[in-house]
Order: sequence, then C-alpha cells, then structure tokens
Amino acid sequence: MLIELKDINKTYDNGQPLHVLKGIDLSIERGEFVSIMGASGSGKSTLLNILGILDNYDTGEYWLDGKLIKDLSEKQAADYRNRMIGFVFQSFNLISFKTAVENVELPLYYQGIPRKKRHEMAMEYLEKLGLTDWASHFPNEMSGGQMQRVAIARALITRPQLILADEPTGALDSKTSVEVMQLLKRLNQEENITIIVVTHESGVANETDKIIHIKDGIIGEIEENKAHTAWDGTMMK
Amino acid sequence: MRELFHEIASNLRNNKLRTALTGFAVSWGIFLLICLLGAGNGLMNSFMGNVSDFISQNITVEGWRTSKPYAGYQEGRVIDLDETDVTWTEGQRWSHAVGNVARQTGSTGVTFSLDGNTVAGQISGVLPEYQEQNKIKMYAGRFLNPDDLKERRKVVVLSLAQAKELSPKDPKALVGKWVGAGTVSFRVVGIYHTDESDMYRTCPVPYTTYKGIYDTSNKIGSITFTVDGPETKEEYEAFEKEYGSALRLRHDVAPDDRRGIWIGNGYTDNMEMNDAQRIIRTFLWILGLLTLVSGIVGVSNIMLIAVKERTHEFGIRKAIGASPAEILKLIIAESVTITAIFGYIGMFLGMIACQIMDKTVGQRTVDIGMDIGNIRMLVNPTVGLDVALEATILLIVAGTIAGAVPAWKAARVKPIEALRAE
Ligand SMILES: Nc1ncnc2c1ncn2[C@@H]1O[C@H](COP(=O)(O)OP(=O)(O)OP(=O)(O)O)[C@@H](O)[C@H]1O
Ligand SMILES: [Mg+2]
Repeated sequence: MLIELKDINKTYDNGQPLHVLKGIDLSIERGEFVSIMGASGSGKSTLLNILGILDNYDTGEYWLDGKLIKDLSEKQAADYRNRMIGFVFQSFNLISFKTAVENVELPLYYQGIPRKKRHEMAMEYLEKLGLTDWASHFPNEMSGGQMQRVAIARALITRPQLILADEPTGALDSKTSVEVMQLLKRLNQEENITIIVVTHESGVANETDKIIHIKDGIIGEIEENKAHTAWDGTMMK
Repeated sequence: MRELFHEIASNLRNNKLRTALTGFAVSWGIFLLICLLGAGNGLMNSFMGNVSDFISQNITVEGWRTSKPYAGYQEGRVIDLDETDVTWTEGQRWSHAVGNVARQTGSTGVTFSLDGNTVAGQISGVLPEYQEQNKIKMYAGRFLNPDDLKERRKVVVLSLAQAKELSPKDPKALVGKWVGAGTVSFRVVGIYHTDESDMYRTCPVPYTTYKGIYDTSNKIGSITFTVDGPETKEEYEAFEKEYGSALRLRHDVAPDDRRGIWIGNGYTDNMEMNDAQRIIRTFLWILGLLTLVSGIVGVSNIMLIAVKERTHEFGIRKAIGASPAEILKLIIAESVTITAIFGYIGMFLGMIACQIMDKTVGQRTVDIGMDIGNIRMLVNPTVGLDVALEATILLIVAGTIAGAVPAWKAARVKPIEALRAE
C-alpha cells in the first residue's frame, strides 16, 4: 500500500471555520492510476495538497510508503517531496526566468547533484517528452501543452513513486488534454508510477483506472474503470 | 557552494531589471554616504586648518598706553615692558600656569632694497621659538637659530610677498643675499609663506641683533608664553586676572587697566574653537549615521519587495524539494552578491565624486574679511579607502541583516501558501 489515509480532517479557519475534509479514509496501491472527482469546493485540491505534504491536516493519519506523515519538519517534508513525489499543476508552475531545461534540472539541484549530470539527465527527460528543441526556451515562449510536458519532465526527473496532478488539463485545449493524459497513462504503465489526477472533467477521469468521487468532504463512490467506460462522451476522441 | 554560485549567477542574469533596480538602490546609498563623508571631512579639514593657521595658543603681553590715572600718574602714559618682566613671568610664582616664555622687541619700520627694488617691512627682534609659536611655515631657507642670536648676526627672515617684490623673477634666489635696510644691511636667511593673506609684514631678526642696532635699552615689545596648567576657561581667566593685576601693579598701572598693559589671549579662543570643532564633528557623525540608516532602510526595503515578489517562485522551489534553509541561503547569498558588487561600484563612484569635489569646490576660496584673508571652504574633501571600505561593508552587512528578516519569513511560509501567492 503506497497511500493510506485514516479519518483525515481538515478545517480552514480564516475568521470563520470551514470544515473541508470530514474524515477521509482512502487507500491507494502502488502502481494505481486514479482520478479524484467532485464538485467545485468539495475539497479535491485540499486533499491532494495533503497527499503532497504541501499542506498539513488536523486529525487522522496519513501513511506514505509505510511512513507516518505527521508533524514533519519543513526540511523533512521538503526532502520527501523531492524524493518521492512529483507535482503537475494546472498552471504549470514553471519558474518564468528559467529555461525549460533549467526548470527540469531544479529538483536535482536540491538533491546536490552536480550541474553537468543534472543537465544531462534533464536533456534526457526532455527528449523522452519530445522537447529537445525547446530546451533553451523560456516558458513564455512555449504553448500550454509544451509547458505542461516540461512540468511533467520536472516531476519525473527524480524518479518519484507518486505523481500528483491537480487539474493538469485545466488550462489546455481538448487535443492537448488528450496528449497529456496519454502521456500520464504511458508513464503509469511503463514505469509503474502511481498517479493521482484531480479533475472535474469526466473525459479526463475516464482515462484513469479508478475514479474516486468526493462529496462534501467525504469519499463517496469509488468506481473501478479498468475498461474506461465510465464515460461515453465525445470529448476524448 | 559552487552550485549555489551558479544558481545565483543565473538568477541575477535572468532577472536583469530586478538586479539593476536593487543594485541601483544600493549603489546610490553608498554613493551618497561616501560623498557626505567626503564633504564632511573637507569641511572639518578646512575648519581645523584655518583655525590652527590663525589661532595660536599663546598669551601675548604688551605695554600700551594707560587709560586711567593711577598711583599719582595721569592717564595716557606709555608703558614699556622690560627684561625684568620676562624674568618675573618665568619665576616661581607663575610656574603653575606658565609654560615657555619668549620675548620680542618692539618693531622698527624699514624699507628693504635690492638692485633698485624696494619693499616696506617691520623689523622685530625675536627668539627662535617665534617660528613655532606663530606657526610660521618656511618657503625657502631657514628660520633664525640660536647661533644667529649668540653671534648677533645681521640676518633677516622675509615674507614671500616681500621677497617677490625684491626679487620678482626668482624669490628663492634671495636667500643668502644681502639687502639694504636704511643705514644697515641684512643677509636674508629664509623666506616664509604668507598664505595669500598679508598678515605677516613682520620681518624677524635675531633679538640680540635688534637690541644692538635699534634699541639698546632693556625694554621689550612683548612677552609671549604658552599656558600650561589651566584646563577650563574659568581657571584660565582666574589666572589671567591675577597675573595681569600683579604685572600692572609692577608698572603702577591700575590693576584693571586693560589698555595700559594688554594681555592677548589665543588660549581661550582656542578652547572655544575646540568646542566648535566638537560640535561640527558630532553634527557630521549624526548626519553620517542618518545617511547610513536611510541607506540600510532603502536596501532592506528593496530586499523586502524583491522577496515578496518572489513568494510564488519560492513556493515552486519548496514544492519540488527546497528546504527553508535552502530558500534562506538563496535569498541571502543573492542579496550579499548584489550589495557587494553594486556597493563597490557606489563606493568607487563616490570616491571619484569626492575627487571632483576636491578639484572644483575644494579649490575655491572665500574671503571671510577681517585680516585673515581668504580661506578654502573645503580642504581635501575625500574619504580614505579604509573608511570608505568600512562604510561599504557596514552597509552590506546591515542591509543583509535587514534583508534577512523578510528572507526568514519567506523561508518559513508554508509551500501551499507560497504557491497560492501571485
Ligand atoms: N487557504 C484556504 N483558506 C480558507 N478556505 C480555503 C482555503 N483553501 C480552500 N478553501 C476552501 O475550502 C474549500 C475546498 O477547497 P478546494 O480548493 O479543496 O476545493 P476543490 O474541490 O479543489 O475546488 P475546485 O474544483 O474549485 O478547485 C472551498 O470552499 C475553499 O473555498
Ligand atoms: Mg481545486
């Protein structure tokens, strides 16, 4: 079991307390490709941020790869994020003044890997994603799909066990969305990386093997979707 | 460390505008600081120089004309000091306050002549100490020495202004030449600086020579002595009152008749100058500190803005594995790099500005009237490299410490909050 959540609660308190996660119990096996769906404001991003150790939770237990993720120091949390988790965001979150290859290298910088090695590895990953020609371009010179592929390369470069993607296709057109989902699917199948995708597009969720519905801060239905028949729409052609 | 350096170099290179703005603020702060320190130094130098040129620390005593009747004498009597007054002043009674005592004869107006050129002068017999006491700077040759006195040599020291009149082409060549002075001749042994003002028309000759030629009596023109003892103005004034009264009584002059026997006092003037100097110095210090503080505030403000602007970037870095210490290290190293490079540039430009100030305003003289003549407003308005470096380093360190506060805050922001920032 890669991820084990037991009765996770999270309340935001900005003047007026807002109980967002009301006891989440969830297990995700190594190598799974799952999506989390739910209405806007249902707590999807909150849950994913907790899974990514970007945010903390109030009560409950979160076990990641057999380790209890609770009351970690910022340094430990940074180290776990660096070695175990890759992030893919809706808005890409590339550093604007760094070129594609520099962005991809950055996680390795924080592992203390020498510059030359870093560069070689980053180029290798960019090549894998068909971005060799864009290596020395800045983010504002690239299309959304290209930027998201750079972000995926950055997420992959530390060979993480888990990739967390919050609306990875949210800022992309449907054709590019398909490409990105195909890419994630391939990574899941070929490299056996566990991938969790938050989305509110049924077409995107349908590409994953399991769909977790979240409603009002608790887990609702969990749909097995190995056959990818949860949705018969026409978007993902 | 090298990796950090590369990271910083690339960050600064890729953020040229931010780097330039921050750098400009730092350069400007240090530039202003150096200029201010330079101008302050110039003012100080000018003040000290002018003061020490014109104010001596000596007490001069001269016999004038009585202004009130006393002891059966009418007013208007001429008082002559004599050798016994010198001995009396040197005596045990005043040893608690009187230092070195020197004397000077009265003076005689003569016309010096050489090869058809003439110039007026006041010959006065003095001791070798006269040079030190009157802060005379030699332009050429030497001042009078003890042998001149012992052998009653007919030698004279002229002012540069006089020398130029007598030997317009080459005043220096005058040294060693004999010049006529009425019925006698004197050999010129030295020429002293007149410093634009023409206050020294006095032409010193050996005391003994003067006595032999112009005045064979035991009368003297003035007694000059240094003060050694009184520390405060009050102490000095008490001494002067006691000494003056006693001396006046020796000559049957009313004890309070300041015109009968005049006591000129460069000593308390000097004390007042010291006070003024202290005030100026304090003022400059405060001004300098204020500039420094405003420099620090400016630098740290820029740091604060730069850090705030980059919150989102730090969020990204944290998400992909940067620890708070890494963020802190990055910000501080970047700010030290910027402030060091641009601080150095600012310091360099500031020192150039000081040089320009020296070559322009520093050379201008102002006529402050009186018989003091022209003085320079700023003398050597520059800052030593050591002080400049200290100020620069201080600003860098202070700026960094001030910048460390926002850096520390940025480092501690939770990654999710940093990511949310835009
Ligand atoms: N930092 C915060 N402070 C206070 N309230 C917050 C904060 N972040 C999120 N919320 C609130 O918590 C609830 C859940 O937010 P969350 O972002 O997890 O929803 P979501 O399911 O991702 O929605 P969407 O589909 O719109 O992205 C929302 O009502 C939101 O307003
Ligand atoms: Mg969301």
